[in-house]
Amino acid sequence: MSADSTTAGATAAGASDGVPLYDVDNPAPVIEPPRKRTGKTPKSTRTNFELYGWLFMRLSGIVLVVLVLGHLLIQLMLDGGVSKIGFAFVAGRWASPFWQAWDLCMLWLAMLHGANGLRTVINDYAQRDNTRFWLKMLLYTATVFTVLLGTLVIFTFDPNIR
Amino acid sequence: MPAGTLYRGREGMWSWVAHRVTGVLIFFFLFVHVLDTALVRVSPEAYDNVVATYKTPIVNVMEYGLVAAILFHALNGLRVIAVDFWSKGPKYQKQLLWTVVGVWVVLMAGAFYPVLQHTLRTLFGS
Repeated sequence: MSADSTTAGATAAGASDGVPLYDVDNPAPVIEPPRKRTGKTPKSTRTNFELYGWLFMRLSGIVLVVLVLGHLLIQLMLDGGVSKIGFAFVAGRWASPFWQAWDLCMLWLAMLHGANGLRTVINDYAQRDNTRFWLKMLLYTATVFTVLLGTLVIFTFDPNIR
Repeated sequence: MPAGTLYRGREGMWSWVAHRVTGVLIFFFLFVHVLDTALVRVSPEAYDNVVATYKTPIVNVMEYGLVAAILFHALNGLRVIAVDFWSKGPKYQKQLLWTVVGVWVVLMAGAFYPVLQHTLRTLFGS
């Protein structure tokens, strides 16, 4: 590949015998770019969305390792495991802005990380355009609903609801 | 191996399969988990009622399964990051996977009693 292009370059320059193939009076032929942009070419709709999605999965993943494993340790392992969970336990934890912020970050990052993962899975396996479109609409609807509901619950939690 | 497939099997493919499967399972649980937690906005009784389900032996065992899925996804996710960003990551991807499996086994053994203590205590006395 690289050897070919080197050879082609040398031939075009015509430097093999020291005499240039082309000069001002004998210019090289103009080669049209195969996909030249013209007035009729639609504006490019390509973005770096997939790159940012890929990067987000890795960055959010690192943060989620800490947030989720800490959450599992506290909720499912320490202090009696699942036995202690109840309304009073939730009220005690959400009395602290630290744990509210922890849960809020975890909710948003986990939902976006999971939604982007499922988007990839749908794109991989749903072959018909319509199926793919509607599965993703269902996914986005469920994601927006869940994120908003969870956020609302964290911000409006009332320990004296009754 | 069937002709004309891109699937190569072995550590690389099967870790990818396991990452997908655990990821999808975790996402479905997360959806349910946000819904059940939202019951704290309905009433303490409604919330405690649904949490009682989480304390039954079968669901408690499923929680151990959830921990298994999350731990694998987390550890293998770190391996994916190492493969993508560490210059020697691709070369050592198999060793990295077996390290992931080893750490996973140790952590799962360590989580056995803490996660299942509720069921063990209710089934086998104090």
